[in-house]
Amino acid sequence: MSFLPYVVAAWLFVVGLWGVVSSQNLVRTVLSLTVVQSSTYLVLLGVGYRSGAQAPIVADIPASSRLVDPVVQVLVLTDVVIEATVTALLLALVVQAHKRFGSVDPADLRTLRD
Amino acid sequence: MSRRFRLGLFALAGPGLAVVLLLGMHGLPAFGHFRGLYGVLANRLEPPLRHATDIVTALNFDLRAFDTLGEEFILFGSVSGVALLLRQLRDEHKDERNRDVADHRFADASDALRVTSLILIPLAFALGAYVVVHGQLTPGGGFQGGVVLAAGPIAILLAGRYFALKALAPAWALEALDSIGAGAYALIGLGGLIFASVYLQNFLPLGTPGKLLSAGTMPLNSLAVGIEVTGAFLLTWTEFLDQALIVERGAR
Repeated sequence: MSFLPYVVAAWLFVVGLWGVVSSQNLVRTVLSLTVVQSSTYLVLLGVGYRSGAQAPIVADIPASSRLVDPVVQVLVLTDVVIEATVTALLLALVVQAHKRFGSVDPADLRTLRD
Repeated sequence: MSRRFRLGLFALAGPGLAVVLLLGMHGLPAFGHFRGLYGVLANRLEPPLRHATDIVTALNFDLRAFDTLGEEFILFGSVSGVALLLRQLRDEHKDERNRDVADHRFADASDALRVTSLILIPLAFALGAYVVVHGQLTPGGGFQGGVVLAAGPIAILLAGRYFALKALAPAWALEALDSIGAGAYALIGLGGLIFASVYLQNFLPLGTPGKLLSAGTMPLNSLAVGIEVTGAFLLTWTEFLDQALIVERGAR
């Protein structure tokens, strides 16, 4: 089952995307986007894993230990920060959209054209 | 765009997406058999060259320190964006009449919840500070610890005292934390330029591996990031809470 993490990642990606597409509430749209993004964490961490390897913390393990790839873990950290900031910005937009249009249904945002 | 149209578009694009996903997944290394050399070299070289024991932090604040600078300013820019989007509009006013009664959802918090949140505040501060300063030794660092630090003051909201939180952490102070943290990181990099002639180069003594003050500039970078993240997250949260609790529709 060496491909299982990637299958889960693809599933998360598609489910999140479906949430974005089918959403009738902008808050749900934003949260679905975070589900899409969490699939990228799984891909990154899955890619960097080495069988039988330990976390890349070398404080109290023998110097010859097999370690997982630390680069992808750094990328996941960046990813998490980006997700937090993007979510905050989008939710701020939702707050303002709700003030302007009195609704958080994306279908009601057509008045944007005015 | 109506929901119907969106669903139709998705049905149309779905098969294409499935093909691209399958092709992409096919090219990934088998789980557990990654052969990237960059990570192997980082694992082998960072401990002897930089005396850090957490390689993830070592990458973050040393090898990829310049990327982290960009990440810092993404955070800074987006928090500024949130503050700008949630500013007080012309047809709004701030309703602070009920300062003392703390009229919000948690106002009727039970005594047990209030005591618990009081206990939580110092605990969150201690854990956050620990995670920030031990970044180069154990899992953690400025980003992770900063979020924990920001969670401390938020416990005051749980205790039903949002205005006390505003008094303890006013917007100007949070903005200052955010800017000082971001500026400090850039200035530490400038130290590298001055003392080691490369921007963000590690220019401090490396110390003994495993000690609190080791790995050169990494603890400083971590501290700068921790300060920025604390300010940034608290500012974002209070901007949203202001919208829910203080800002009212209609000019005064």
